[in-house]
Amino acid sequence: MAITQLVGAKIHRREDPRLITGGGRFTEDMIRVGTLSMVVVRSPHAHARITGINITQAQALPGVVAVLTAADFKSALSGTHPVAPAFVAEKHTIPERFPIAESEVAFQGEPVAVVIAENRKLAADGAAAVEVDYEPLPAVTDLLKALEPNSPKTHTNLVDNLGWDLAFTGEDTVKDAFASAEVVIKQRILQQRLAPTPIETRNVRAEYSPFDNELTIWMATQNPHLLRLFVSGALGMAETKVRVISHDVGGGFGSKVCPYPEDYLVAATARMLKRPVRWTETRTESLQTTTHGRGQIFDVELAAKRDGTFQALKVIQYLDVGAYIGTFGAFQTCACLLSGGAYKWPGGIAARTVGILTNRVPTDPYRGAGRPEATHLIERMVDLLASELKMDPAEIRRKNFIQSSEFPFTNNFGLVYDSGNYDGTLDKALQLAGYDDFRKRQEQAREQGRYLGIGLSTWIEICGFGPSAATAGATGGLGLTESAMVRVHPTGTAQVFVGSHAHGQGHETTFAQIAADTLGIPYDSIEIRHGDTGEGPAFGFGTYGSRSLAVGGMAVHKASGRIVSKALKIAAHLLEASPDDLVFDQGRFHVKGNPGSAKTMGEIAFAAYGPSLPEGEDHGMEAIAYFDPPNFVWPFGAHICEVEVDPATGDVAIKQYVAVDDCGNIINPLIVEGQLHGGIAQGIAQALYEEVVYDEESGQLMTGSLVDYLVPTAAEIPTPVLDRTITPSPSNPMGVKGIGEAGTIAASAAVINAVVDALKPLGINHVDMPASPDRLWKQIQQAQGGAR
Amino acid sequence: MADRVPVSVTVNGASYARDVEPRDLLVYFLREELGLTGTHVGCDTSQCGACTVLLDGRPVKSCTMFAVTADGHQLKTVEGLATDGQLHPLQQAFWDEHGLQCGFCTPGFLMTAAALLESNPRPSEAEIRKGLEGNLCRCTGYTNIVRAVQSASQAIQTGAGVPVSATAGRA
Repeated sequence: MAITQLVGAKIHRREDPRLITGGGRFTEDMIRVGTLSMVVVRSPHAHARITGINITQAQALPGVVAVLTAADFKSALSGTHPVAPAFVAEKHTIPERFPIAESEVAFQGEPVAVVIAENRKLAADGAAAVEVDYEPLPAVTDLLKALEPNSPKTHTNLVDNLGWDLAFTGEDTVKDAFASAEVVIKQRILQQRLAPTPIETRNVRAEYSPFDNELTIWMATQNPHLLRLFVSGALGMAETKVRVISHDVGGGFGSKVCPYPEDYLVAATARMLKRPVRWTETRTESLQTTTHGRGQIFDVELAAKRDGTFQALKVIQYLDVGAYIGTFGAFQTCACLLSGGAYKWPGGIAARTVGILTNRVPTDPYRGAGRPEATHLIERMVDLLASELKMDPAEIRRKNFIQSSEFPFTNNFGLVYDSGNYDGTLDKALQLAGYDDFRKRQEQAREQGRYLGIGLSTWIEICGFGPSAATAGATGGLGLTESAMVRVHPTGTAQVFVGSHAHGQGHETTFAQIAADTLGIPYDSIEIRHGDTGEGPAFGFGTYGSRSLAVGGMAVHKASGRIVSKALKIAAHLLEASPDDLVFDQGRFHVKGNPGSAKTMGEIAFAAYGPSLPEGEDHGMEAIAYFDPPNFVWPFGAHICEVEVDPATGDVAIKQYVAVDDCGNIINPLIVEGQLHGGIAQGIAQALYEEVVYDEESGQLMTGSLVDYLVPTAAEIPTPVLDRTITPSPSNPMGVKGIGEAGTIAASAAVINAVVDALKPLGINHVDMPASPDRLWKQIQQAQGGAR
Repeated sequence: MADRVPVSVTVNGASYARDVEPRDLLVYFLREELGLTGTHVGCDTSQCGACTVLLDGRPVKSCTMFAVTADGHQLKTVEGLATDGQLHPLQQAFWDEHGLQCGFCTPGFLMTAAALLESNPRPSEAEIRKGLEGNLCRCTGYTNIVRAVQSASQAIQTGAGVPVSATAGRA
């Protein structure tokens, strides 16, 4: 039995063999005879009154089993869509949301009726035959105009469109600093709406067993236990009578966290009809109705000294929450709390968030959620100040960094950064990017009429949610922890059930690495199970916010540790030694100084089910643990992007992309790098390509397919150069942080700073996203026109 | 209900004869009629390429092709890539290079890349990127997919391959 140190090793993923051979177990891959298909009839209007629904024709079509509207679901489902407090405990308005509209629709794509038929084609035929009469109402589409008193209202029963208006810190916090500031920079910074776009769209299938009064739901979700909680509550069923199973999930990026109308409708329909029912989202439905991310306007002011020392910051966030407040929509306000970035603000930060209702699909967390926005705004402001003061962007950052000796560092909002070495990642990145001679190359290029630019993003983030005490208020009572349950069988093989749930992150591999090292059981003898509420711990919180390793992985470590503690006592009993005299090494317990006298974990596991155990010890080898971290974790890094902008076309070419990141200790470098590659690609996508566009007049979605919503391909995304530093986190026993969102948090600012740097000779100081050729070309034309 | 028409196809070397509706899309025919669920649906409009299969050796997007159009043709899906218990060099390379995360787009990438290497055994990086333009991946940023295709290209030159069963849990 060869056991070596697996943590930190480049282990190839055990998930892959099934996924590369067509053996994946995605929800839709489960083909069950007799399953009905649901198709949802949706509002074509952004805002309208429903004046009539005629289902007669649809009902008469062959294969159509039922056509249901809000009235049919009223007795089957109770409550309103859950809205977590997140960082905004007191909200001004939370529009009531039932999974299916009754008299008024508030965004394009809102469900109005459902058709259930013997197969998807017949259900689609039925949906096309449902006649809905609408009286269109004015749509609220402009975020800032929506706040004006004479604006139309998102819902006819509202007096205004204000979701919330919260000052985390008042303007008086920074009054003195701004009054005495030597230089003040102001900028409005836009964050366009983005569609998370996992390649697997949403799907749900449900089967109800009347005999047991049990409901089984298969779906693509990031958090099966939370879904069970919400759906069982709405159906009036005991939580234990609903089982949510989620095997392979084709990406989520935050969009498969909140419960959706279809989750309730499919479950309720399966129970009503006592037949299995399935629903799969089309891509157009996905773009219309799966929550969007970002959608914010920031008004930012920065006060500084002429020597480049930052003094104070004012941030107002206007957040497009959509027609209803997303379950975790207010989480995005953490952009305010992180707006200070990696820097010190002796004069304070005044931050206010305004959540605004519009006739669009709700926004909710999308990869990074609030942290990409925070990074983008502060990194843009830092560059604007550097430009104003004619300082080097790297130098001004160094001057204001929180120093490595200052950790743990309490930021202006009382959040405690656990560990960091911001100069370390920046220095390494500058070296890798050849920053020192870039200006020379830039100068030479300019002489040839070519526009090169370089952009820095020295990002930080908060992730690894819990702790329970800090998060219970945000969820509405449940403290974010994570669970793991380890079962060692008499043969020495182990199963580990975890409450977090992978959708591409590779838990089956990395968690097995942790368990193998901790338990001293061979990697191949350990199975990681997740995504089924019917087994394992009672509760888990799922995968989002880069929390799986720093919280979930630590639960695996903790539960495994409990097994080892028990094994130690059994080993001592078997070896007739004192537990204090035993050493645990490479899966064997031996007496100190006598490695020959040993018991392997396998032998101990067998003995745990045998006749002779230490006095008072229970049989079996099972342990469960919930890990509640003492703090969040705070990864950081430095990204550098070099671009060339073609002034004739507005086209941006990325010449190089360097990322030096620090996520503490690493379990598997392969996975860390993969997460960074993908994260950076999504940040670049926001910077240059993607934007959800609605018609400003009608509120119609203009980017309703992947023809119009520009997800970049292999031809657009460069290969980044990656490196790292390692600053362990003191917040957990393995010193780990998170890396799932890091790339996305960092990248947009690096790209846009580079684009602005390239265009500086043309007098362009700021560029909004996406910096698409048409937008840049127009801006270049304007700048050149103005210069003439 | 619409009239059904007969369709005969060879998929991964096996012959199938079925009656289908003229409007049945090839991807659902493969998935739900033949149970070959490795081919996925991601976008309905031919952008994402998750549904890519080979029709007479050429990549096609099976979500925008009718099953009847495939009548009489040879199809290959991801399930047919490994032969005699040996992973296709592309499958091996995607595994080795961490060319997948959630794995949903992977079958489409594998089929597109297989056709690419068939027509151009030693593609440059630019040719690989261009050749994969019809497939979207949201997880990997494409870096490791490109590396996987490069590495498979080399492996094919040297005739490397690994038995499927011998690879579980390796480091």
